Amino acid sequence: MGMDRREFLRLAGLTCIGIGVGGAQLFVRARIASSEFAPTDERLNAERWAMVIDLRKFRTEEDYQRVIDACHRIHNVPKMPDPEDEIKWIWTEDFEHSFPGQMNPYVPPEIEEKPILLLCNHCTNAPCTRVCPTKATFKRPDGITAQDYHRCIGCRFCMAGCPYGARSFNWRDPKKFVKDPNPEYPMRGPGVVEKCTFCVERLEKGKRPACVEKSNGAMLFGDLNDPNSEVRRYLAEHFSIRRKPELGTQPAVFYIIGGEDHV
Amino acid sequence: MFEKALVGSKRYWTLIFVLLGIIFAGFITYLFQLKIGLGITGMSRDVSWGLYIGQFTFLVGVAASAVMIVIPYYLHNYKKFGRIVILGEFLAVAAVTMCLLFIFVDMGQPMRIFNVILHPTPRSILFWDAVVLSGYLLLNILIGWNTLHAEYKGAPPPKWIKPLIYISIPWAISIHTVTAFIYQGLPGRHFWLTAIMAARFLASAFSSGPALLLLLALLVRRYTSFDPGREQIQSVAKIVTYAMIVNFFFFLLELFTVGYSQIPGHLHPFKYLFFGLEGHGRLVPLMWISVLLAVFSIILLVIPPTRRNETTLTVAAASVFLSLWLDKGFGLIIGGFVPNPFERVFEYWPTLPETIITLGVWAVGFLVLTVLYKIVISVRESVGYEEVAH
Amino acid sequence: MYDGGKIITGIVIFLLFALFPIYSNFGKTYKPPKPDLNTPEIQKMEVKKCVEPKEYMRAEHMKLLVDWRDAALREGKRTYINSRGESYFISLQNTCMRCHSDKKKFCDECHKHAGVSPYCWDCHFAK
Repeated sequence: MGMDRREFLRLAGLTCIGIGVGGAQLFVRARIASSEFAPTDERLNAERWAMVIDLRKFRTEEDYQRVIDACHRIHNVPKMPDPEDEIKWIWTEDFEHSFPGQMNPYVPPEIEEKPILLLCNHCTNAPCTRVCPTKATFKRPDGITAQDYHRCIGCRFCMAGCPYGARSFNWRDPKKFVKDPNPEYPMRGPGVVEKCTFCVERLEKGKRPACVEKSNGAMLFGDLNDPNSEVRRYLAEHFSIRRKPELGTQPAVFYIIGGEDHV
Repeated sequence: MFEKALVGSKRYWTLIFVLLGIIFAGFITYLFQLKIGLGITGMSRDVSWGLYIGQFTFLVGVAASAVMIVIPYYLHNYKKFGRIVILGEFLAVAAVTMCLLFIFVDMGQPMRIFNVILHPTPRSILFWDAVVLSGYLLLNILIGWNTLHAEYKGAPPPKWIKPLIYISIPWAISIHTVTAFIYQGLPGRHFWLTAIMAARFLASAFSSGPALLLLLALLVRRYTSFDPGREQIQSVAKIVTYAMIVNFFFFLLELFTVGYSQIPGHLHPFKYLFFGLEGHGRLVPLMWISVLLAVFSIILLVIPPTRRNETTLTVAAASVFLSLWLDKGFGLIIGGFVPNPFERVFEYWPTLPETIITLGVWAVGFLVLTVLYKIVISVRESVGYEEVAH
Repeated sequence: MYDGGKIITGIVIFLLFALFPIYSNFGKTYKPPKPDLNTPEIQKMEVKKCVEPKEYMRAEHMKLLVDWRDAALREGKRTYINSRGESYFISLQNTCMRCHSDKKKFCDECHKHAGVSPYCWDCHFAK
């Protein structure tokens, strides 16, 4: 057989590549023919989910904490000891830093010192889903920006892309920092990005997001495309602002800061 | 041909084993990172990319710079570069290898790396970066190896290599353009949101890469019997000069836009980098060293006697390299994250484990480079080098 | 033969490695894994049945779980209608693990035997 070592090695290499490509085909497969998937019967549906936060109704520190705790407890969000590793789905920040560039001098002190409740904006034109190289974060048809922890490779491009600092990375294993975990909801492992999900798991069971439920009416949740929805009626009656609207991301979280009651 | 890498002097083997030692230390530290998570680095919720991604960005530039040798040789028939074109191509191979490794060590879930191929996402720039970088690696291995093999056999290189060489020219431009697009298309990062970023990336690449090549060529001449040639080195020096001036000019353009418009969001990262912000200024000395080295190197390069003198030229090339390493491997990434989207300042500084892993990856690159250059030099020592028309 | 000694030594070492599973298990009796179904939730059931037939689950449960995951998470479809036409709420930890509440005696029994370590329970509670 006329084959020198060079030729042999070359063929052997090509064969290996061929086997590799063939082997990859094994991962492509179909579902069981006789089974079907459907949304749950009780699921709350919307064309475009959105949230209105009426900050005038948050008066005490307890009002904020109740909402934050409700979210962080049911979603097993860890309390990391090192601030560099911090994980948060919903939190507070002062006005100046929540709305950089929009702070005027000489505003009433109650606005200047008012904590603003921050969470993922579930932008219509979300930069995070645009940059994700694996579609681990993606837009659902109902407008929610979802996160698939099984697929996330931990490249953190989405964190660079998000203009709202809404995303947290698991710099180390978060599990031992979850006190009293909720057994109904999973945890996350190290090396993936996580954030607020607008409580998709609750919507599937016919419940509104946990923060909204605990807010005593200070937070509203509904369909932005339905003119008769609670959020649309509220937005039509009150002047609202959104974070960094100039970036064109179209946030779905609206804020009512206050003022008009005194006019 | 590879057998040439398996025989060498005591100095060659010492270098190999020193590099292997550093790689081993980096590897052990990486296993530690794999176990604990990226929390062992200095990165945080606010500065979510750091040294690893900085090195990646810088090295993409070094890799792309091979084209500055390929263009004169293959497009302008500047035959003298035949002596060093292979050095440029193999430098690109080593640099791209490091780039891919830096992306890998930066991943939170490295076992899932093939998700990028399993779920291809063309709207993500990172997907395109993976495509162009692996393609560029393949091109340079094929071109470098086959042309050298032809030289070894005393035959002209195979015909099919020519189109690949021509493809590799725009491809080199593409790798650094795509890398710039990773940053310059993000809506909330003012420091990166500048249309000139890709152009600035290329200018800095075409100065830092050839500067490194120049230093390597001087090393090769000093420690081996193969001389890359005085005229060749002078030509590379001129390339570095032009590119470095263009690079500095682009930097001044950025400064003008930011400084004259005085839009706070755009101004703050520059303030943080060069003067410190809200009492935080860890990067200030580094950034000023980078600027001073840039000015210093341009002076040495522009004045003909200091450019022609190989001692001052060495100093100039080293200054270019260090200046751009600080600027691109460090300042560029951190400036995008400080201040954070809330206009708050949280600083970053690499940790020891992070530094060891970084050194480990650099050692892998230098190992690849050493082995490839050893093969080149041994081939040239055995058959001699003649300038041939191609 | 050139370097005959070296070649033969090499072949012997290779065979020692390659045949390790055969000689290390030689003469031992095969103990099949026995996943345990004895949990309070399963005891309560009148007709003891899983979401799909036993044979199918035994062979394909991992594929089913991947389908469940993608349908629930990526398509928002949390209801599984099985081959018998019955509906189940899709959830590893709230549906599967509710019946198979003894992970050690059920999941781990076969997984250990097969030498696989799925990372499902890194994040999902086994109860």
